[in-house]
Amino acid sequence: MKNWKNIQPYLLVAPQTLVFFLFLVIPIAAILMVSFWEFTGYSMSPAFTWDNYAAIFSSPVYLATYINTFKFVAIVWLITLAIAYPIAYFLAFHVTSLRWQIVLFLICTIPFLTSNIIRMISWIPFLGREGVLNQTLMALGVTNQPIEMFLFSDFAVVLAMVHLYSLFMIAPIFNSMMRIDRALVAAAEDAGASGWQIQKEIILPLAVPGIAIGSIFIVTLVMGEFATVRLMSGGQSSSVGYLIRTQIGSLQYPMAAANAVILLLVTLLLVFGILRAVDIRKEL
Amino acid sequence: MSKKRPLSFYLLAAFFGLFVLFLYGPFSAIFLLSLQGPEGQLTFPMRGFSFYWLGEVFQQQRVGDFVSAFQRSFLLGLLVMAITVALSVLAGMAFRSKFWGSNLIFYLTISSLIVPSILVSLGIGIVFSLLGIDNQWYSSALAGHLTWTLPFAFLIMVGVFNRFNPSYEEASRDLGANDSQTFWQILLPLIAPSLIGVGLFGFTLSYDEFTRTSLISGENNTLPLEIFGMTTNVTTPALYALGTLTTAFSFLLIGVAVAAFQLLSHRQEG
Repeated sequence: MKNWKNIQPYLLVAPQTLVFFLFLVIPIAAILMVSFWEFTGYSMSPAFTWDNYAAIFSSPVYLATYINTFKFVAIVWLITLAIAYPIAYFLAFHVTSLRWQIVLFLICTIPFLTSNIIRMISWIPFLGREGVLNQTLMALGVTNQPIEMFLFSDFAVVLAMVHLYSLFMIAPIFNSMMRIDRALVAAAEDAGASGWQIQKEIILPLAVPGIAIGSIFIVTLVMGEFATVRLMSGGQSSSVGYLIRTQIGSLQYPMAAANAVILLLVTLLLVFGILRAVDIRKEL
Repeated sequence: MSKKRPLSFYLLAAFFGLFVLFLYGPFSAIFLLSLQGPEGQLTFPMRGFSFYWLGEVFQQQRVGDFVSAFQRSFLLGLLVMAITVALSVLAGMAFRSKFWGSNLIFYLTISSLIVPSILVSLGIGIVFSLLGIDNQWYSSALAGHLTWTLPFAFLIMVGVFNRFNPSYEEASRDLGANDSQTFWQILLPLIAPSLIGVGLFGFTLSYDEFTRTSLISGENNTLPLEIFGMTTNVTTPALYALGTLTTAFSFLLIGVAVAAFQLLSHRQEG
């Protein structure tokens, strides 16, 4: 009976762990392996060569793609944080009834349970050549011919990503803020702290774990993006994810794998950097 | 609450309102535009009013094979949901006690969220091609989806069990119930409302997933892939009509889940 109690957790956790072993660990090991293989023009063949990596690091086009991806990550991160912090603060501290907090949070959540592709498409009537934005600007006399850049541009890519991913920043910050002891804020108020001081000394430091988790989500989601980049830039902008997709399209598995390995390493580096600030197991 | 609301409340409330507009505005636009007459275009103003384009979605030759893509995505969503709920409940129960290696398994699970989706898709694709197995929506795509739904479900279940009061189970054992009776008659009904949430999550994450399916769907597209393909060659409001229909379906699901959640938690109180 004692033995059974000891072995029970392993049996319970085995099926899920098997899924991750088979469909996460082994695939990533396979990517790593194939990244050293050769591409023979139409298929891949086993080898051990650094050529794929050398090709990436010596190509200005590839490096520009990486820089473009980092640019998207940085901009989207900054904007989602600037939106999420006040939204989460409003929900956690200004909305005082739990029922309303749940209702308003659900209002924010529902769009995230619908299709990303549809949500991207839904920007076409706004950003298109004859879209609402251009029509408004022309009616106001700001410009006398439609601006082509709204749809199919980096602007559209960033806008769509913020639209798609901001909840991933809001939810963890909201979660952290809900755990802040209201007595701390009341005590600070009684001691004569200004609103700004309360933000800076109490709420912001205690919201850091939420910000860290949100940032991990944003970094991971944007780093591997290709659908938004493809659709919203009309193929004019690029990202590492899009590059990998294109290489798979022409069957260049070893090159795609090498790019994937670099993408993974950079992502992990960023995530570990963020994790130094926070112990996520405490947040559950 | 007689306390006067500070100015910051109104400013933040206005900001919140703008954010909600930002979230829902684009969608309401395609909803309206999908209700145009047959002469409708992709942008405002609306040209006529009819259900023409909604009907057009079901005309196979015009906009690709929407109906069978929907059937595949629906079935796949159900499969993912069932597996996700079952495995995450088991794993969540394992994590109620501290066991050797639990940290490693915890981080393995979390790492599935941190690995960019395109890698999962690429990696599974490579493994399947090395083994000479064909990619299919019910094999490779199913595997890819599980790597995305399971970590979320697992985190929710760990949170649920952290807050779970063990005295119910102790009482059940004291009354002579065995492990399986305690599980089916006490524990499962108590966590049932949370399982609705996990199930909804599992289904919708799978139903809407694009990147993790993109390289490994095999010969038959799931719905998001089919829609993505249409964006390049469909230039009529049929595209919006499809968006309206699938989003209506998502809303319906959320509604059913919320109703079921209320029903189950109400039963527990009463």
